[in-house]
Amino acid sequence: MASLWEYANPVKFMRLSGWLMPVSAWLAAGLIVTGLVWGFFFTEADYRQGATVKIIFLHVPSALMAINAWAMMLIASLIWLVRRHHVSALAAKAAGPIGATMTLIALITGAIWGQPMWGTWWEWDPRLTSFLILFLFYLGYIALWSAIEDADTAADLTAILCLVGSVFAALSRYAALFWNQGLHQGASLSVAPGTRMDWAYKAPLYLCMAGFALLFLALVLAGTRTEIRARRARALLTRERARA
Amino acid sequence: MPDLGTYAAEVTLAYAVSLGLIAALILWSWARARRVKRELAALETRTTRG
Repeated sequence: MASLWEYANPVKFMRLSGWLMPVSAWLAAGLIVTGLVWGFFFTEADYRQGATVKIIFLHVPSALMAINAWAMMLIASLIWLVRRHHVSALAAKAAGPIGATMTLIALITGAIWGQPMWGTWWEWDPRLTSFLILFLFYLGYIALWSAIEDADTAADLTAILCLVGSVFAALSRYAALFWNQGLHQGASLSVAPGTRMDWAYKAPLYLCMAGFALLFLALVLAGTRTEIRARRARALLTRERARA
Repeated sequence: MPDLGTYAAEVTLAYAVSLGLIAALILWSWARARRVKRELAALETRTTRG
């Protein structure tokens, strides 16, 4: 079996992602469309939340991907710092805007749901606040990549920022467990006995979660391919200028 | 359309904003990929000729 490190080679990565990216994109589209159509059109309104329960099919998958995108960036950054594989640094860079968008969707859908349910768009609740800080970390991460000319220095500094931001990514995930005074409820899905959600909601939610995960994969692969090409273009341009 | 009751505006807004953001992300990613690919192809042609 081929070692995972072989895909740190840009040529091998381009070959693998060349077919994996469209496959995951089409699977993501199928799962998201099915999950959202099912959730929006064919689920009943909840007896307490009314039709706002349908927002869960966007809010939970996007929040999940907001945290997992940062976790993926953390792993890729660690690989860069330890093994200096350029593809891993570029994959982390590609994941930044996707994670930021997912965090923004989670924040907006949470606010839209919170207004009628909690009576407020925003509350300085531990989970909401840590999610907002996570969003700011995403913006800082993207800005830092664009601010530094030298690609390796940018990869080093953004990797360190990613390590620091991981504290807030972990807080975003577990804040509701650490502090009990917040408005935000605990995990929507749990394997513990006595879980609250009915399968009528769980099934489309699982489809959406799988779809969002595959969408993230497809966009990271596409973004990494673009970054590899952009790096090659920069190298060619530098060589051309040196010759002139 | 399903009956969204008194929360029709909230649910519709949540779906519109989220799908809009996802569509924007996909379009941005696609447009950037196309631009970079085109630029690299032009550079490669130029360097192989030169």
